[in-house]
Amino acid sequence: MPPAAEAVDARLSYAYAVLRPVASPPADASVAAAAADALTGVHGVADAAVRLVHHGSVAAAVSSVPRTDFSEAALKAHLEDLDWLETVARAHHLVVETLGTHTTVLPLRLATVYLDDDRVRDMLREGEQNFTTLLDRLAGHVEWGVKVYAESSPSPASSPTTTDELAPGRAYLRQRGQQRHAREDARSSAVEAVRRIEEQTRDLAVERARHRPQQGRLAGGTGENIANDAYLVPSRHADAFRERALHAADGLPGVRVEVTGPWVPYSFTARPESEAPAPEEVRQR
Amino acid sequence: MTAYQDPPLAERQIALIDLLDRLLTGGVVITGDIVLSIADIDLVRISLRAVIVSVQEQQWAALPAAALVEGTDRHDQPG
Repeated sequence: MPPAAEAVDARLSYAYAVLRPVASPPADASVAAAAADALTGVHGVADAAVRLVHHGSVAAAVSSVPRTDFSEAALKAHLEDLDWLETVARAHHLVVETLGTHTTVLPLRLATVYLDDDRVRDMLREGEQNFTTLLDRLAGHVEWGVKVYAESSPSPASSPTTTDELAPGRAYLRQRGQQRHAREDARSSAVEAVRRIEEQTRDLAVERARHRPQQGRLAGGTGENIANDAYLVPSRHADAFRERALHAADGLPGVRVEVTGPWVPYSFTARPESEAPAPEEVRQR
Repeated sequence: MTAYQDPPLAERQIALIDLLDRLLTGGVVITGDIVLSIADIDLVRISLRAVIVSVQEQQWAALPAAALVEGTDRHDQPG
């Protein structure tokens, strides 16, 4: 339970996710209760305790966070600090995932912050119907991330003997050409791998979302990321999906497939209807 | 109940970039009381681009549900 009153005005309510505290099939009720219990020892964003704020058939997982760090101005500054962002992201994820091992959760976008719990309840009241629709849709599903890379290994074709026979300039150009071809080949193989993965998992996944291919210094790994997809998969097919995705590209040279997850279905939270509490403030530029 | 296998935590140190892909472009977008203005978000996005380059251009702008899932290619339309 949150520490009461004293510093209430210095706190904001950070919302992580929406769930059903009491699931509709009564058999699941204990599961949802377990989810609430599981939050007991969890430290959320800003190292804060996590509680459930209820309205009707839904509840939001919420922490009290210091206004000094989560006001608009503070957020704006903090979000440019990668270390801060990472800390908050991992804490957010820990809470979402903890809940997700017990019940279906609808994760909210990072840094969804309210003035107080009453405002969280307002949000739940306005969105209740959409939330339950989404929770129904996501129940019993997991998300897998599937990343396909074109490996840019240097061309094995250029043996030292061949190089020696040519003038250094020509040898260099030839080698460059071979490397370029190898890269292009690896890219087409990767594109083919993406196609095969999609085809071979079609009967296992119910939806796919595309993230932008990863680049930049956080991207890590080797090779060029050609596809960064997420698949929504019924839990009963989860293992089969992973196996198929990992092996769909077997035999294709220069391709590496990485599967991440299972994730709580972060990438599949689009509202079926746009009637939910619309994020009016984020409008077209 | 989900089919999460629950491997030891050590194995689950998730790559930050995979996490940010999901936390910054996934998840339900609802307007909180603390709202970054578009200009602020642009700043954040621009400063992050250097390191992650994964935040979608259009995702901050358009709001129809479809925009929240980056992919247009769905196998199965809900409802």
